Amino acid sequence: MLANLTSLERQYALMLAGAVALAGLAMAVVGRSDVLGVHGVIVMVFGGGLAWLVMASFYGPEPTDDRTAAYYDDPIKVGIVLSMAWAVFGMFMGVWVAALLAWPDLAFDAAWSTFGRLRPTHTTGVIFGFGGNALIATSFHVVQRTSRARLAGQLSPWFVLLGFNLFCLLAVSGYLLGVTQSKEYAEAEWYADLWLVIVWVTYFVLYIATIARRKEPHIYVANWYFMAFILVVAILHIVNNLAVPISWGQAKSYTIWPGVQDAMVQWWYGHNAVAFFLTAGFLGMLYYYLPVRAKRPIFSYRLSILSFWGITFFYMWAGSHHLHYTALPHWVQTLGMTFSVMLLVPSWASAGNALLTLNGAWHRVRDDATLRFMMAAAVFYGLSTFEGSFMAIRPVNALSHYTDWTVGHVHAGALGWVALITFGSLYTLVPSLWKRERMYSATLVEVHFWLAIAGTVIYVFAMWNSGIIQGLMWRTYTQEGALAYSFVDSLVAMYPYYIARAFGGLLFLIGAIVGCYNIWMTVRAAPLAALRSDAPVQPAAVPGE
Amino acid sequence: MADVERDPVTGRDTTGHEWNGIKELDTPIPRGVLMFLIVTHVWAIFWWFMVPAWPLGVTYTKGLLGIDQQTTVEARVIDGQQQRSGWTTRLENEPYDTILADEALMRTVRDTGRQLFGDNCAACHGRDGRGRANYPDLTDDDWLWGGGPELIEQTMRVGINTAHPESRVSQMPAFGRDEMLDREQVRSVAAYVYSLTHPDYSTPENLDRINAGREVFVTTCAACHGENAQGDKEIGAPNLSDPYWVYGGDLDTIIASVHGGRQGHMPTWDERLTTAEMRTLAVYVHDLGTEQP
Repeated sequence: MLANLTSLERQYALMLAGAVALAGLAMAVVGRSDVLGVHGVIVMVFGGGLAWLVMASFYGPEPTDDRTAAYYDDPIKVGIVLSMAWAVFGMFMGVWVAALLAWPDLAFDAAWSTFGRLRPTHTTGVIFGFGGNALIATSFHVVQRTSRARLAGQLSPWFVLLGFNLFCLLAVSGYLLGVTQSKEYAEAEWYADLWLVIVWVTYFVLYIATIARRKEPHIYVANWYFMAFILVVAILHIVNNLAVPISWGQAKSYTIWPGVQDAMVQWWYGHNAVAFFLTAGFLGMLYYYLPVRAKRPIFSYRLSILSFWGITFFYMWAGSHHLHYTALPHWVQTLGMTFSVMLLVPSWASAGNALLTLNGAWHRVRDDATLRFMMAAAVFYGLSTFEGSFMAIRPVNALSHYTDWTVGHVHAGALGWVALITFGSLYTLVPSLWKRERMYSATLVEVHFWLAIAGTVIYVFAMWNSGIIQGLMWRTYTQEGALAYSFVDSLVAMYPYYIARAFGGLLFLIGAIVGCYNIWMTVRAAPLAALRSDAPVQPAAVPGE
Repeated sequence: MADVERDPVTGRDTTGHEWNGIKELDTPIPRGVLMFLIVTHVWAIFWWFMVPAWPLGVTYTKGLLGIDQQTTVEARVIDGQQQRSGWTTRLENEPYDTILADEALMRTVRDTGRQLFGDNCAACHGRDGRGRANYPDLTDDDWLWGGGPELIEQTMRVGINTAHPESRVSQMPAFGRDEMLDREQVRSVAAYVYSLTHPDYSTPENLDRINAGREVFVTTCAACHGENAQGDKEIGAPNLSDPYWVYGGDLDTIIASVHGGRQGHMPTWDERLTTAEMRTLAVYVHDLGTEQP
């Protein structure tokens, strides 16, 4: 890993790791009577471990002078491995919490394994651990290739990747210890949030600096999306997590947002996390790996422009649809609803642009499971954006809100769109990154594809059924004007769907494990590819620059 | 720099840019997309005129329909109350005997009561009202504070060991832990109580302990549970001579009850349920007991 760093950069790396370890020590001392102390120890071990890794190969051979003539792929490789590791962890936790809903005794009577603590380990594990690492890795890959330039920093890509994983580690371990801000998808406490701000701003600067070095006159669409993702996530994260810790020695903090404003800020954050983390970022992936794999030009540049600006503009307004029929003023709800419906057009334009790009390559979709992953992802993207706009309409929301329909909708997006596009991209990226001819086993890619599709379909159908039954049971009145069902009645009705959902999730998890094995074997054993030119454009090679 | 090519599949030109092999076609935006864009915008603007939509400093556009969710929900609540008033007024005002005798009204009570019981009582007493360890069975004939709709309503209204001013109060002292009885006395009184419902326990080898226990019972327990251990519904002291147990009737649990004492808790529903709801539940719970053996 250090082979690409000069001895000066290695010294900086050591200092940085040492600084992290010292910060951990300080946290451990100041927070010794609180769970903050436990997190201090985790930070210390993390920093210390990295320092040890740096020292272990500190005196290895220096990189040659022409390292800038190659793309910087080491952090991408580590990012892919981390992403798949988090995928297995996060999906396993998902299957566990799904099973808990059907069989509550699976918490084994311990505090750390209660539903409330396990559930955020699943969401953080898959969204940030799996999705975030995949986004960092692919964005580093895409920005270099489409700019024909090496990443602008040597140490900063490592700082971004490993710093982000430290954040994920603090978040997930915190939930198990009972540390939470109780903000959905933003549960991590103030010190982890502050750390993520530093990491994320570095990511943004690194990305912009790399774009600035590009040897292409235009910035490719994928990079628009990646930049929107990085920039807006920084804004969302900072605003939603503004909080005052009760003391420097304690993990607990209180948000600065009061009452319904807190709810509004939270869902402005929550919905735009879906928009800019889970949509824009992964559209960046789609815009690179899909045309590369299909060997087809993008269907329409103009449609790309319309969907990009449509998505970035309309999404910002849509968050209040999470708060229909609440204390939030009616007019804010109307804005959320109407902008959500207008948002459907650019969303479908993106999905359509992806699917129409496949015209002329449908035989590849049929034969190549990797491309089929991306095709299916675009279909699910179209499906779940339609569903999202539909559910944002107030009277529809009156039925769907607080039911499993919402959970099904999220997973149509998370499994069907986010995870499928990621797997398709990784199966395209891994062989090219490790200079292999192809994935170790095309059959295993095929197996993974069908496991993932079956799991998603079973999951989503189970939740549609249970959600709509729930919603109807909650609103059914007797002739005398009293509720026909108690809440417990609706829970009893959910039981078979909860089992089906856990089973669907299990299939998806098995698929991810098959994917891990296939990636591992590709790195270890797949045949080497014939030498192809895959390097940045050298300054001398571009006349008139 | 821009090398425009013609794509053979679609017949469209590329934009002339290329990124690591990726090209883009210069396809115009399909007319359907533009139409769709217009339709959704017209729809949105229509709603902005109809309902509250845009902020104007300290106020907001109210919309032509004059709808606001607050007034809507208030009107719906009143509608619901009116729809229910046919039977709720009767439940509030008529004596229980009249209610129990009216088969049509009782059907409503059973339907509504089942839902109210499921949402308010089932967490402790179970969906079927049969209770479980530490939570009384409401379907049997045995009542701590007396059965019948009036007393059940009273228990529901004030609760047991609550902060309600009229709360029912009952406590079984911790005879063993607080050293009112020694270890042997605890065991023997428990053996005596156990023998009341388990005649086969009175074997010759247990007889001495049971007799010793009876003496302890008469001096220590009878004040609340009565000479014959039949309990006292005035003070919520359970009948110990029947097969119904709240905390369990095996010997070990009886020893634990005598040693550590018991103080059950039932919440007050005074401010959480309306009078009609409480009376519905009182009849429903009473009905559970009469329907089942």
